[in-house]
Amino acid sequence: MSATTASSASSGASLADDKLAQAGQLRLTWLRFKRHKLALISLFIVALFYLLAIFADFVAISDPHHTDARRSYMPPQGIHLFDENGFAPHVYGLKGSRDMKTFKMVYVPDPSKKIYIAFFAPGYDYNLFGLIPTNRHLFALINPTPVDGIFLLGTDQLGRDLFSRLAVATRISLSIGLASVGLSLILGILLGGISGLYGGIIDTVIQRLIELIRSIPTIPLWMGIAAALPNTWSVLQVYFAITLIISLIGWTELARVVRGRFLALREEDFVIAAELVGAGQFRIMLRHMLPSFTSHVIAAVSLALPAMIISETSLSFLGLGLRPPAISWGILLQDAQNVQVLAGAPWLLLAAVPVVLVILAFNFLGDGLRDAADPYG
Amino acid sequence: MLMYIGRRLVLAVFTCLAISVLTFIIIRLPPGDFVDAYIANLASTGSSITAEQAESMRHEYGLDRPVVIQYALWLGRIVEGDFGVSMMWRRPVTEVIGDRLWLTMVVSFAALFLTWTLALPIGIYSAVRQYSFGDYFFTMLGFLGLAVPNFLLALILMYLGFRYLGLSVGGLFSADYAQAPWSLAKVWDLTKHLPLPACVLALAGTAHQIRIMRANLLDELRKPYVITARAKGIPERRVILKYPVRAALNPFASSIAYIFPYLVSGSIIVSLVLGLPTVGPLLLQALVAQDMFLAGTIVLLLGVMTVVGTLISDLLLMWIEPRLRITGR
Repeated sequence: MSATTASSASSGASLADDKLAQAGQLRLTWLRFKRHKLALISLFIVALFYLLAIFADFVAISDPHHTDARRSYMPPQGIHLFDENGFAPHVYGLKGSRDMKTFKMVYVPDPSKKIYIAFFAPGYDYNLFGLIPTNRHLFALINPTPVDGIFLLGTDQLGRDLFSRLAVATRISLSIGLASVGLSLILGILLGGISGLYGGIIDTVIQRLIELIRSIPTIPLWMGIAAALPNTWSVLQVYFAITLIISLIGWTELARVVRGRFLALREEDFVIAAELVGAGQFRIMLRHMLPSFTSHVIAAVSLALPAMIISETSLSFLGLGLRPPAISWGILLQDAQNVQVLAGAPWLLLAAVPVVLVILAFNFLGDGLRDAADPYG
Repeated sequence: MLMYIGRRLVLAVFTCLAISVLTFIIIRLPPGDFVDAYIANLASTGSSITAEQAESMRHEYGLDRPVVIQYALWLGRIVEGDFGVSMMWRRPVTEVIGDRLWLTMVVSFAALFLTWTLALPIGIYSAVRQYSFGDYFFTMLGFLGLAVPNFLLALILMYLGFRYLGLSVGGLFSADYAQAPWSLAKVWDLTKHLPLPACVLALAGTAHQIRIMRANLLDELRKPYVITARAKGIPERRVILKYPVRAALNPFASSIAYIFPYLVSGSIIVSLVLGLPTVGPLLLQALVAQDMFLAGTIVLLLGVMTVVGTLISDLLLMWIEPRLRITGR
C-alpha cells in the first residue's frame, strides 16, 4: 500500500509509465491503434455501415420492393432545404406530361408543387429488427401522392428508389461477409491450430491442402457450385448456401495466420513455463496462447472481410448468387451491367460507391489492427 | 533444385486430380443424370426415346454403376480427349469452346506479365523515394486498386469510354476480325485490344504486390549492410539493386505465384462485363442452362491450365530467386 502511495507521489510521467506498464493487452492494442488516424476513421465508417445495416428499414425512404412504372429511371433529385418561409426541407412533386415524339408519359419534377419532408415521420410498414412492427422512418414526405418520393440517388427501371434499396442491401451484403468470415474463422482456427500444434505429418497434409485450394481459380468453381443450387430454394436457404460456398474457400488465409502464431507461441517461455507447471494442453491453448493471438486473428479477419464481400457481390452480379427479391449490392449492380442502360441512367453505378467505401475502410482498418496487434513490437 | 521441381510437379498433379473430382461433383450436382437431361431436351423439340433406349444409354455411359466407377470412366474419357457433348449447342464440347480457352489464357498471361513488370519497379521506386509525390500517388492508386473489384472497374471504364469518348471499349477483336481465321493481322488486332482488359485485371494484383515489395524493401534498406555498402562508395543504383532488392524479392516472389489463379478467376467476370470472347460468358451461359458437360469441361480445363500456368510462373521464379534453387523450398 505504502509503495503505491510512494510511486504516485513521484512525478506524473512515471505515473503514466506505470499505467502503461500495467495496462492489459487490449488497452495497449487500443492505444497503438488510436495512433493510426486512417484506421480510426475507417473504424468509424465501418461502424456507421453496420448501424445502417441494423436500421436499414428505418433509414429507407420508400419500400425497396415497391415498383411503380411511372417513376422509372428518375434521376437523382436534390432536397431543397429552404423555401420562402425559411428552413423547410422539401422536394418537388412529379408531373406527368406526354412526350409528343414517342407518345409516352414522362414524369418530371414540377417546381410549383412542393412536398415537405418530416423527420421521424410515418412511411411504409416494416418490422424493426425483424420484430417490432412500426412505420416510423428517419424522414418521409408529408401527404405525398403515390407517384411522389424522395429520390436521393434516383430510381431503377421499375421505379424503385435506389437509396432505399442500397440501405436495405447493406444488411445482406455486410452480414453475409460476417457470416462467411465467422465460418472461415472456425475452419481456419481449427485446421490452422491443429496444423500448428501437432506439426509433423498432419501439418504437411493441411499445408498441402491449403496450397491446393489456393491454386484453383475460385470464381469458376463458385459459379459451378452456386449454379447447381435448386431454383426452388428460398432466399434464406440460398443465403446460407452462398455463405458456405464463400467460406469453404476463404478459410485458408486465416488458417495460415493461426498456424503461424501457434508456431511462434509454442516456443515462448510462458508456454513452456505453463507446460512445466503441469497445465493441460487445452488450458495452455485457451488461457495462455489464445489471448496473445486474438488481436492477430481480428486483424486477419478484418482483412478477409472485404474479399468475402467482393465474392458475394461478384456472384450476385453474375446472377448466380442471391436472387431477387433479395437485395444485395451485387444484385443492385446487376442492373448496371449494360452500357446502354448506364448511358441513360448513370446513377445506377452509384451502387458501387458503398462497395468501394466499405472495402477501402476494411482494408485500412485491417492495416491499423495488424500494426496494433503487436503492441510490444 | 530438382527436389523443388519434383515437389511442384507432384503438387500440380494432385491439384489437377482434386479439380477433376470437384468438376465431377459439379457435373453431377443438378438433380437427374445426363440421360434425364437428354430426354428432357429431346422432349422440348418434340421427339422422344423409349425407356429401353434410355436404359441402354445409361448402361453405355456407365450411369447405372457406382459413383466411383462413373468418375473413373468419366476421367478415362477425358484423358482420351472426349469431353462429351454440349446439350445447348448439340456439338462436341471441345468444338464449342474452340479458341476461347486460349484467349482466356492470353488475357490472363498478359495481366500476369503486366503485374510482374509494373509491381517490381514501382515497388522499388516507392521504397527508395519513400514519402515522395510518386510514392503517395502509387499508394493511393494501390488502395484504389485493392478496393475496386475488377468487374466494377471494367464497368466504370466502359461507361466512361462510352459517355466521353463515344466508343465501345469491349471485345478483343475489331468487327472485321472477329470471325476471320487466324492471321498475322488478326494477332496484331488482338494485341491492340489486349491492354485494356489486361490492365483492368492486373490492377488489384499489382496494387497488392507493390505494397508487399515496398514494405519488404523498406525493411531491408534500414539494415546496416546497406550503410556499409554506401560507405564503401558503391554507386547508389548498384547498392540498391544488387543487395536489398534481391533480399526483398523473396516474399514478393512467393506471393506472386498465387496471382495466376486469381487472375484467371477475375478474367471470367471481367470478360462478361467487357464482352471478351473468352470462356467466361460461355461458362455463365452453360451454367444457367445447366449444360453441365460444357460447364464442367470449362471449369476442369481452366483449373488444369491454371495449374500449368502457376507451375510455369514458379519455374520462372526459381530463375530469379537463387534461394529457391539452393534450399529447394
